[in-house]
Amino acid sequence: MKFTLSWLKDHLETDATLDQIAERLTMLGLEVEAVADPRATLAPFTVAEVLSAEKHPDADKLRLCTVRPGDGGPDLQIICGAPNARAGMKGVLARPGAAIPESGQVLKTGKIRGVESQGMLCSSRELGLGDDHTGIIDLPAETPVGVSIVDVLALDPMIEIAITPNRPDCLGVRGIARDLAASGLGTLKPLTVEPVAGTFTSPIRVSHGLEEADREACPQFVGRTIRGVKNGPSPAWVRDRLTAIGLRPISALVDVTNLISYEFGRPLHVFDADRLTGDIHPRLARDGETIRALDEADYTLTPDDVVIADDAGPQAIGGVMGGLETGCTEATTTVFLESALFDPRRIAATGRRLGIDSDARYRFERGVDPESAGMGAEVATRLILEWCGGEASELVISGAPPAWRLELSLDPVRVRTLCGITVERATCRRILEALGCEIVAEDSDGVLTVLRPSWRPDITAEHDLVEEVARVYGFDRIPTVSLPRDPMPRPVLTGAQTRRVTARRTLAARGLSECVTWSFLPKAHAEAFGGGLPALDLANPISSELDAMRPSILPNLATAAQRNADRGVANAALFEVGPQFHGGEPGEQRMVAAGLRMGASGPRHWDVRPRPVDAFDAKADALAALAAAGAPVGSLQTVTEAPAWYHPGRSGALKLGPKVLAWFGELHPGVLRLLDVKGPMAAFEVFLEAVPEPKAKPTKARPLLRASALQPVERDFAFVVDQTVPAETLVRAAKGADKGLIRDVAVFDVYQGERLEAGRKSVALCVTLQPTDRTLTDEDIDAAGQKVVAAVAKATGGTLRG
Amino acid sequence: MEDLETLRAEVIAAVEKAPDLTALDEVRVGALGKKGRVTALMKSLGGMDPETRKQAGQAMNRVKDAVAQAIEARRAALEAAELNARLARERVDVTLPVRPETAGTIHPISQTWDEVVAIFAQMGFAVAEGPDIEDDFHNFTALNFPPEHPAREMHDTFFLPERPDGTRHLLRTHTSPVQVRTMRGEAPPIRILVPGRTYRSDSDMTHTPMFHQFEGLVIDRTTHMGHLKGCLSEFVEAYFEVDSVPMRFRPSFFPFTEPSAEVDIGCSRQGGELRIGAGDDWLEILGCGMVHPNVLKACGLDPEVYQGFAFGMGLERIAMLKYGIPDLRTFFESDLRWLRHYGFAALDVPTLHGGLGR
Repeated sequence: MKFTLSWLKDHLETDATLDQIAERLTMLGLEVEAVADPRATLAPFTVAEVLSAEKHPDADKLRLCTVRPGDGGPDLQIICGAPNARAGMKGVLARPGAAIPESGQVLKTGKIRGVESQGMLCSSRELGLGDDHTGIIDLPAETPVGVSIVDVLALDPMIEIAITPNRPDCLGVRGIARDLAASGLGTLKPLTVEPVAGTFTSPIRVSHGLEEADREACPQFVGRTIRGVKNGPSPAWVRDRLTAIGLRPISALVDVTNLISYEFGRPLHVFDADRLTGDIHPRLARDGETIRALDEADYTLTPDDVVIADDAGPQAIGGVMGGLETGCTEATTTVFLESALFDPRRIAATGRRLGIDSDARYRFERGVDPESAGMGAEVATRLILEWCGGEASELVISGAPPAWRLELSLDPVRVRTLCGITVERATCRRILEALGCEIVAEDSDGVLTVLRPSWRPDITAEHDLVEEVARVYGFDRIPTVSLPRDPMPRPVLTGAQTRRVTARRTLAARGLSECVTWSFLPKAHAEAFGGGLPALDLANPISSELDAMRPSILPNLATAAQRNADRGVANAALFEVGPQFHGGEPGEQRMVAAGLRMGASGPRHWDVRPRPVDAFDAKADALAALAAAGAPVGSLQTVTEAPAWYHPGRSGALKLGPKVLAWFGELHPGVLRLLDVKGPMAAFEVFLEAVPEPKAKPTKARPLLRASALQPVERDFAFVVDQTVPAETLVRAAKGADKGLIRDVAVFDVYQGERLEAGRKSVALCVTLQPTDRTLTDEDIDAAGQKVVAAVAKATGGTLRG
Repeated sequence: MEDLETLRAEVIAAVEKAPDLTALDEVRVGALGKKGRVTALMKSLGGMDPETRKQAGQAMNRVKDAVAQAIEARRAALEAAELNARLARERVDVTLPVRPETAGTIHPISQTWDEVVAIFAQMGFAVAEGPDIEDDFHNFTALNFPPEHPAREMHDTFFLPERPDGTRHLLRTHTSPVQVRTMRGEAPPIRILVPGRTYRSDSDMTHTPMFHQFEGLVIDRTTHMGHLKGCLSEFVEAYFEVDSVPMRFRPSFFPFTEPSAEVDIGCSRQGGELRIGAGDDWLEILGCGMVHPNVLKACGLDPEVYQGFAFGMGLERIAMLKYGIPDLRTFFESDLRWLRHYGFAALDVPTLHGGLGR
């Protein structure tokens, strides 16, 4: 919402400065977005007298002027191209160093066609004061010389404020003035609207074409015919105001509607009455009816839209935009004025569907004062008669304002309990009355009965009145109070939240960099990673590259790693902790720590030869994240059950019983090709929520450490087994052979090759025996060894390698 | 019988001339071995009378000790020389680079998140979370957005496809649906902090289709707007690690709070450098207000009994302000150069006792 200072002062009596007004607007919730004060930019420009204007010796169209600045300084020589430069005129002088508002350029002394110019005489357009560039500004002869033009020109600062959706009353200058007055920054000037007496009956009548049930779509229509008008430009002050707020003056009849729209938040429409056929009917559009609107576009309407129709068809999209066919032109001599009221929801829906952003839609969808139809018609009539002459008919009125009267009670104590400020009852009353409320009653407890004003549809309950009092009284007067709290803060994170933090920092400690990538990705990527459910498509994606919710974080990390490689940052190791989506209902998502290493294990190095990353890098990362998340990693089973986006022979799942806690492995070459990335990539997905919550324990005490004083003993065994036997099966069997004695089993060699039968492999285990009560004898050790051999043989059919 | 003195001089000279440990051992055997010269001399003592034997014995022992001492000294010197020679051969170029290790990093969003939690935990806020995919009720209706209200349009909502019952789910446009879920799920008093991903179909220099918000909610019987001011003021000073930050609460409008306010903090932009705290400029950082009675009602709480405040702000925004990160879009580009520059070390865990920022 834009307006000018002088416009505001038409409604507000105040001595406040522009800065004070701007500050107060912001503190009233009418946030100032911009102040354009020509007085600030134009202060360096002064009034000067042209003493002589001769032809430039080398240019026919330039003049060589002698200009007296009037500040006692020497006369200046200025080259000027304006045809109206003449001896004796008073003009506007820009000196070197001044910034020209139109171009923003700083003026310098320079030579024009070989003659020095010591300044510039300015046009209106160069100073940002209008469109006129036909000549330099020609000030009245009596204008004093040497003073700043700020002191002699009527310059009108423009203020732009942001209006929140709850304040339709401030979409007009008068509403803004009322808020400022309520806050004590001046007084609201009285407004009296004298009705214009009609001298004839309007030949165009209004009959509602709306069924009773649909009346709320256009509850009231006020119209009037004005005949014998002469349309033309509106007065200069009107054009200046409209220009200042960024509107294009069109003609007196159209400018009237724009002026009233911005002054009172009251949209109007003017029809060329001679182009209307028969009477006016506000009605719902018929399905498929079309209209060419004032923006010269054609719109197809539906029965949800209200139109203002005549006997020939729709002539305006009610409350949104008029029709081109019946709009006013320079040739219009008879006007039919419309001042109607429309249902905000319907206007919003129509405007949104048709994609029309108009000042009328903006106001109607937020809520126009239901009592303003008559006022708008009368103010507009007066201005039309004043500017265009003519004769007004009696008003034609169909329907009545909808019920808006609402009495609310306000207990001033609520201002204190809700906002923490004590506002005297009398102050509450004064503020509410200044906003247009009527205090209907006050009971013995001080509770006020308040009638809201017609222009405040947002006030519907006591808390709205509390807000109004607090807002106008000033949020800056609310005290700052500490929240009461426990003297010793307690931990607040849940187990799951703590686990996430630990997993994240563990992965970072292992050399992976944390990323945050979009929750959506290309649908083709989703499909390659087990997703692509229609329920997870975005109906309105921001681009076709981001059109499905991600079933996995990995495609995003893979493409990110490739982008890094393309930028010359090789061997990316990335991870993300975030949601993966498996269904379109709220909650069908899992918190996953996913990561990926690309390329080689490290850079080329004088001592360490880099190797390609592989499934064991991914397995190590997954196990570390699981351990950090509190999973019992010693009890996990590794099974070759990873999903299709992993290399089928180089991937696995880490399971706790039947529950999958993680997948890991090298990404499938087909998937790499689909993602357009280079391998190898070793990736993992850890399902943090699948990790069982630790059992609640009564104390934090750990079980007593039983460290044996006896020397542990290591024995090595090499077993020959079928190649398909997983190493984990051997280890498990060996560990279980004598649980009391065997502390650890490690795989220290795996061999398959020509020294063994085809299809067989040798797995070498180092078994650590830990005695607890006495030193082991050779017989003890042999017995344990035989148990290991027997257990492994039973589990795998393996035999000791000869 | 050899002259004792000559013997001593000769043997010691031989010791000192021994070039290495092997030669030294030969000298030792030649002097002190079973057939050595000193040993042979000692054997002659047996034939002497007691008086002579006593004198000669003492003299011989002195020679024997002197020789043994010389040999030990020579051995130590030779061993030291040999060690030095070996160490010299073992020399490496220690200016060579170490074996490669890559330091990982924590994303600024996670770090900021940890900082914010540390601060609000002091004020007793628990962390609540909710789904990214939401229904219309939790994202809008329960939060007092009437259907067709212009405020809904301001949200640029991402929608999922129509469901069999004709409704459409959406990607939450703010973290506020978690307020609703919390209030409907537990009884006051409530103090929660809600961080999370939020989505708006908007993408330009200063908007990304996904970003992070966190919001706070306090519901009890007595918390008023003064507490809201106190809570936010303490947060801002702790987070920006500045002693006194001017704050300005401007009336504003949000469907789910009333009164509503936007909050500006004082800053200066002298020389193009943004500094929070001192200065004559304002910077908008968050929106807040008292929870709207319609929201309380939608959550089954009686607004005549319960009241409280809510606030919300952008996690990236406050991270950008604190750490001088110029461009929102870069948060989501996964550019390792950026992650290493703006990211944090794994062990830089922010705490209030150890300081938040690094």
